Amino acid sequence: MSNKIKKKSTFIDMTAMSDVTVLLLTFFMLTSTFVQKEPVQVNPPQSVSEIKIPETNIVSVLIEPNGKVFMSLDKQPDRREVLQKMGEFYKIEFTPEELKTFELLPSFGVPIRGMKEFLALPTERQDQIIMDYGIPCDSLNNEFKEWMRNAKLVNKDLSIAIKADAKTPYPMMRDIMNTLQDLRENRYNLITSLKDMPEI
Amino acid sequence: MAEIQENNDNGKKGKQKKFNVRVDFTPMVDMNMLLITFFMLCTTMSKPQTMEIAMPRKDVIDDDMTLVKESNAVTILLGKDDKVYYYLGRLKEEDYENPEKLKEANFSGDENSIRTLLLGRNREVVQQIKELKLRKENLEIADSTYKKQVTEIKKDKDAPRVSIKASDFANYKNLIDALDEMHICNIGVYAIEDITAGDLRLLENLTGGGYEKQTETEVKQ
Repeated sequence: MSNKIKKKSTFIDMTAMSDVTVLLLTFFMLTSTFVQKEPVQVNPPQSVSEIKIPETNIVSVLIEPNGKVFMSLDKQPDRREVLQKMGEFYKIEFTPEELKTFELLPSFGVPIRGMKEFLALPTERQDQIIMDYGIPCDSLNNEFKEWMRNAKLVNKDLSIAIKADAKTPYPMMRDIMNTLQDLRENRYNLITSLKDMPEI
Repeated sequence: MAEIQENNDNGKKGKQKKFNVRVDFTPMVDMNMLLITFFMLCTTMSKPQTMEIAMPRKDVIDDDMTLVKESNAVTILLGKDDKVYYYLGRLKEEDYENPEKLKEANFSGDENSIRTLLLGRNREVVQQIKELKLRKENLEIADSTYKKQVTEIKKDKDAPRVSIKASDFANYKNLIDALDEMHICNIGVYAIEDITAGDLRLLENLTGGGYEKQTETEVKQ
């Protein structure tokens, strides 16, 4: 027996490794917040401001470089109620199925007249066409104002966060800001990415 | 995949069979790694930064801005192609033809920038806040007291009052940059205002950049 080469076992004990991975996994699961799906890619400008955005109760307004506006609410029950109220205002009746579909949408941005058709589409198709729409917010047809007004009626604790692309022309921002001013929403957050504070 | 190895003792009876219970953790590790990868790719670690702004109410005319001492008033105009201009004091009839009134500046931080201008005019406030910050860092004062005192210092009567006026040709980044400068220079009172025909005329006179087009559209409205 002794002159035979000892067969070494190739069995590596993975218990320790497993411990480490589970630990890492727990860390990532606890610290992370999921990336919100947004209909368009937006690059916010940089600023030195270090205030963090509140965790919950946010209505966020997404403005892309061409001035198309999208909105999202973080609470699903709010979404349903807001759409119901919008339906009442524009005399459009939404079926429970449509309300359910709307509740599950991460963000919305189609004119209210086209909302019924939009909600009937399959999800992949919705993602494709939402980029071509956006909530109308000109002075003749300011649906953005109604959305915002109803959102505030449904949940008065909502704080407004505006995430606009750095290249958005100022007139579009002014329209949005004027609309908010009309609604007496004078305090809101502008989402920016962090830049170092220069030495002064 | 638990692997149970049997120790074969060549059939010796009487002794109990010993089982070497060793569980192979490799697949478990594989799965964990996969999950970690998934979480790492699908999550954002940092929450986005925000800048809080408070706009004045539309129905209330803000006396603060109109009653500002002329020597304290600074107006920043955001023009075409990321350019920025400023003038001091208020705009009067004879200023339109005065090429010295409107000056070009930038957001960089060199001697020609808005920052240098505002820091220079806001020297006392900046100095006081700097000292306060130092005291906070040395743990002499609490965070809440620091904030309270900063707001007090910013109320200084001789500090500049800044109006930010953007032309139609400016973009959102310019506006944020301007607001950022307010933050950096510890300006207590500033406002985003609508650009006036006078401001546009001044810009047009200095640059000839087609700013009068905006005046025309505004007249039509």
